[in-house]
Parts: sequence; structure tokens; C-alpha cells
Amino acid sequence: MQPIVVIGTGLAGYGVAREFRKHDRHTPLILITRDDGASYYKPDLSEALTKGNAPEDLVKKPAARMAEELDIEVRADSEVSDIDTGARTVTVNGEALAYTKLVLANGASQLSVPLGGDAVADVHHVNSLADYRVFRRDLNGARRVLIIGAGLIGCEFANDLANAGIAVDSVDPVDWPLQRLLPEEAGRALQSALAEQGVQWHLGDTVSSVERDGDGFRVSLSGGGEVSVDLVLSAVGLRPNTALAEAAGLRTATGVSVDRHLRSSDPQVYALGDVAEVEGQFLPFVMPLMNAARALGRTLAGEDTPVRYPVMPVTVKTPACPVIVYPPRGAAGQWQVAGEAPSLEARYVDAAGNLIGYALTGEATGKRGQYMREAPPVLG
Amino acid sequence: MRKWQCAVCGFIYDEAEGLPEEGIAPGTRWEDIPDDWTCPDCGASKDDFEMVPTD
Repeated sequence: MQPIVVIGTGLAGYGVAREFRKHDRHTPLILITRDDGASYYKPDLSEALTKGNAPEDLVKKPAARMAEELDIEVRADSEVSDIDTGARTVTVNGEALAYTKLVLANGASQLSVPLGGDAVADVHHVNSLADYRVFRRDLNGARRVLIIGAGLIGCEFANDLANAGIAVDSVDPVDWPLQRLLPEEAGRALQSALAEQGVQWHLGDTVSSVERDGDGFRVSLSGGGEVSVDLVLSAVGLRPNTALAEAAGLRTATGVSVDRHLRSSDPQVYALGDVAEVEGQFLPFVMPLMNAARALGRTLAGEDTPVRYPVMPVTVKTPACPVIVYPPRGAAGQWQVAGEAPSLEARYVDAAGNLIGYALTGEATGKRGQYMREAPPVLG
Repeated sequence: MRKWQCAVCGFIYDEAEGLPEEGIAPGTRWEDIPDDWTCPDCGASKDDFEMVPTD
């Protein structure tokens, strides 16, 4: 029997394998990864210092254990270089592997902003446990770190590093942190809370160059400032890894375009997680991919199941000022903010007064359940 | 009273504490939680939870 092949062993790859096996115990399933295939929970990376975890502590199960438990084959250290949708094969480490159905779960990569200077190659990007191992190796002994990007990942790392006693500089052209997700009052609450932890903000500014300077780096800002740090981390956003799909002629937009059955423009090829764009929505968060894995597991087992997205708030793990946000998706409306910083309830309401998004900060995050019940699902 | 841990993200459901936030009262046994309930942290399925061995 020919196998179903999954590219990727992150939360999406293992998620779909786990769900598929609940409905089909027999069809061979092969997962291919370029790393070691260890199973871990990526959101743990940005709170490992606070929790006192070394990179190896974050491994939930090694590849061999996952393979045994799920009765799958995991091919570690393997690179897929080509998909041939006509022949239904993928090229793995130079050899053709036939599939009946193919699942793209190969994630996204951290974007790089164009920078000058002789140390651009030393700027860290963290989007996997493998990246994180390198980051922690270089972080050893660091006293000051500059983070490019004040979005979700940038803020979480800023808080985690600050909790470990490391001075943090955060640089972003936005006016307040998490500007793309939060109304100003909520963003300011987070900004103040992190400033109290020692985070130095350089908002409305950008990094122009990173130069080597002794054992550390000298970072020049467009606004004229200069900061000397031991390490630079870039966290400016994700770009889905669509190159394989594009080369195979599959339809892509921001991510690989799939319908509610997670099916791409080729009916034997599916995609989920950070590489995919489901009905035009690119949602690189854990909850959407777990819901997608549940639906796709059934579909691959022969029971066509569309993905449903319930209310999926995003939790920003910034203990200095916890944030839960359910972003309104392009719908017209306005923010109504109540409470006193750092504890704020921001309601995004449409013209008829219906709640269509929300943001909770500080102690107001305790009202999570109440808001979940009131807000509408993403894809009902 | 037992505890159950999400195999994906590590979230722990403690029967003694329940999840009042989600309308699950303290003392609610694991088997009395609906099968379509999902992990509040990551969205994994109820059957992806494993019982935490008691010391």
C-alpha cells in the first residue's frame, strides 16, 4: 500500500498524524523533516527562560517515540527538493517517494528586514527548536539584547529575557507594541508593563545597521541612536514556506491556498498550519492548526470534513501584562475600551453594536470565558 | 481526584479545581467532560490528554 506523505513534523505535521491515526490504523504514513523530528510545543520557546528550561527540556518526545506511538515512519534530516503532482512523487534527499495523498505542513520562516553592516549574518531568527538551540548557545553570558520587532513573538521574547535579568532594547516602526492586534490603550498598557521590567523601547524607529564590536554588536538606528548589545534577535513576522508548492504549480497567495477541506489546487495535495491560507485567511497560530488537523485527519481517512474555526483568541505570553486578543478580521467597526490600565477590556463592535473582536489585558484576561461565549466564530 | 495533561502543550486539567472559567465546576470528573471539549491552551482533542500518575 502506498503511503500518505506529510512534509513537516511541527505541531501541524504531528497534529494531523495524531488525528489521522484515530480514524485509520493501517494506511502507511510517512513524515519527512529536515530537523531531528523531536516533538515540541513551539510557544514554549518564548517562555523557556522564565520557566528555567534549557532547549532540551522542551522536547516532549523524540522522533523514535513519536514514530512508535503513532505507528508512522519519521524521516529525520531529510530535505524535500521537489513535488511532482503528475507522477505523485516527492523527491527526498534526491530519491523519489510515491504518495497517494500529500500534506504540506512545512511551516513558515521568520522574515528578515534589510539591514546594513558587517554582522547581518549574526542576527538571530527563532522559529524552531533548532533555531532556539543556537540562540541559547549565543545568549550564554549576554547582558543586553536588542530585539527587532514589537509584535507577538518580539514582545514575548522581550518579557522572557527581561525575566532572566537581561536588559532588552525593542525596536519597531510602530507607535505601540502589538499595533496590528491591539487598540492603543491596550498596547500602551503592555508597553508600560514591559518598561517596568527594564525593556527600553525604540518605537517609531528602525535598525539601519548591525556592526561587530568586540565580542558584541553596535546597532545603529535610523533615528540616529546607537546601542551596544551582546546579541540581536529579529522577530518581524512570518513568511509561509511556499517555494515547494509554487515550483509544483500549486496555487499560492500569502500561503498555499486551500479550501475548507484543506485541499490545494491539486486535489491530492493538502496543506495546514503556518504554510497554509485557509479560504484566504492566514492564521499562524496554534488553535487554527489544531482545528485544521482534526478536520484533515478525518478527510484523509475518507470522511470529507470541512474545518470549523471556533472563537480562537490569541494568548500573548507576557506575564508582565498578560494579553488575550481575538482580532476582528477586516470587518468594519470600532474599539471601545473600558477599565484602568493595566487591566483593560477592549471591545471591537460593528455598527449594530455586536461584539466581533476583543482584547483583554492584565487581570481582565480572567474574563476570557465570558468573551469566548459572546464573540462569533472565525469560520462557523 | 486525578489530573490529566495535554500531550501537545502540557496544559493540566485538575479534577479538584475544574475550570470554572469555562463552566466546568470544581470536582468535575474527567469522564464527565464532553468528548468534543478541547484543550483551552492549544485546542487539542480531549483524547490527546494523558492521566498524570499520582505520587
